[in-house]
Amino acid sequence: MEKSSVVVAGAGQAALSLVAKLRAEGHSGTITVVGAETTMPYQRPPLSKGYLLGKQKLDQLLLRPREFYEQSAVDLRLGQSIVSIHPASKEVALAGGDVIPYDELVLATGSTARQWPAALGGTLRGIHTLRSLDDAHVLQAELSSAKSVLVIGGGYIGLEIASALRSLNLAVTVVEAQPRILNRVAGPETASHFRLLHQENGVRIIENTAIRRLHGSDRVEAAKLADGQLIACDLVVVGIGGAPETKLAEMAGLHVDNGIVTNELGKTSSSSIWAAGDCTSIDMGGRRIRLESVGNAIDQAETVAMNIIGRRTAYVPRPWFWTEQYGVRMQIVGLSMGHDETILRTETDGKRKSCWYFKNSALIAVDAINDPQAFLAGRRIIDAGILLDMSTLREPEVDLRNLGKTADIR
Amino acid sequence: MPQVLFTLHNGTVMSVAAATGHSVMEAARNNGVPGIVAECGGAAMCATCHVYVDPKWLGKIAAMSDFEDELLEGTGSPRMETSRLSCQIPIDDGLDGLEVTVPPSQY
Repeated sequence: MEKSSVVVAGAGQAALSLVAKLRAEGHSGTITVVGAETTMPYQRPPLSKGYLLGKQKLDQLLLRPREFYEQSAVDLRLGQSIVSIHPASKEVALAGGDVIPYDELVLATGSTARQWPAALGGTLRGIHTLRSLDDAHVLQAELSSAKSVLVIGGGYIGLEIASALRSLNLAVTVVEAQPRILNRVAGPETASHFRLLHQENGVRIIENTAIRRLHGSDRVEAAKLADGQLIACDLVVVGIGGAPETKLAEMAGLHVDNGIVTNELGKTSSSSIWAAGDCTSIDMGGRRIRLESVGNAIDQAETVAMNIIGRRTAYVPRPWFWTEQYGVRMQIVGLSMGHDETILRTETDGKRKSCWYFKNSALIAVDAINDPQAFLAGRRIIDAGILLDMSTLREPEVDLRNLGKTADIR
Repeated sequence: MPQVLFTLHNGTVMSVAAATGHSVMEAARNNGVPGIVAECGGAAMCATCHVYVDPKWLGKIAAMSDFEDELLEGTGSPRMETSRLSCQIPIDDGLDGLEVTVPPSQY
């Protein structure tokens, strides 16, 4: 309700979007945000791009300046963490011993980067993940003395880091254990485009090859691959995915299945406890999936805010993502997993490419490379549930700006 | 610092101090101007920081890239001749007094 006291666990994108929406919609109860990091809520996407290279300053990363929290009467408790939730008495306990009562609790705990296993050389110096601002600063400090970098994992984060490091003229090798890069998140056509892009920019890409072990005496010196070859490196960046931060939820007895299980209102299995962002899993077509993206964190958090103040709102996932590598920009709408047909377009200028994914003849996702028109057309079609005539899309001359508006609907 | 004047959807005008080197979007965000979402944080990927620029300033702000031009076709409020993405307008001293209008919706 509008006067309820709200406690938020976590201080990232979802937490900020939640409190901003609560206050914008007239919520006047107390709000306490507890976050382990010492920096005010900030954007993570630039950490693997411009910020890593020093092109952006910290104040440009912050989602809101300090005055916002003061003016909005948000008690921002940074550098602190909640260690337990007590649903029966509706209280949380902080590491320092403080106990905070709540009417509504929101878990916005995010995810943590998977680390390279200690048993496979993970304790050597010079091995890093990139998730937080602190991670970015540690990695930045290493870059001045590094010469050859091994990136483990050919997903978006790994590829973005490879792109950033090439602009510093470091030697970069990307090793992917799956059959190809972007295996989980994009089709083979999109993967081929990015493979070539990286190779043209001097990155060595090794796919379908696991790393057996990282070697070194104190600091990492080489990686031994499953096929026996040895890759020399003096810095390793690990980009092998994230795990949802569900520890608190599990301790409190909430239902967890590939993330904290939330319903369409953003509610967990416990009354008065909600969740939003990377830590959640949502139902999409009978599967519990995690949508790790800024857009999802914002939409879920705003949905929870509306429901907390008693204005019932159902969450409708509208997945979209973006990446930028070597100045090539890709916007993605939808989720391509499970597609059974793809149509590849190259526009007449030769620079814009798009990959359209279909399942049972319905468009489910588009990867749009340097092609905002394809992104917007795909979004229009998916949002409206329009059945697209595939032959139209195969016409090289079709104007994407009109696609999904009238004539091509069947 | 240069001042940027935002006319909000309800007609109110907010005058905010904008650091040079920041974008108009960042000035809005840092000063609590409502109605600028900026989901992608200034990467020109989402078109949720759409503004209408007062015509007399159009010639003085940074030119529009083809990418921005195309993305503007996907704004939540109608695109007009004066439409720009505010994350693509860097502030410099010559833009003191810049006037922009925030559209009714970004979705």
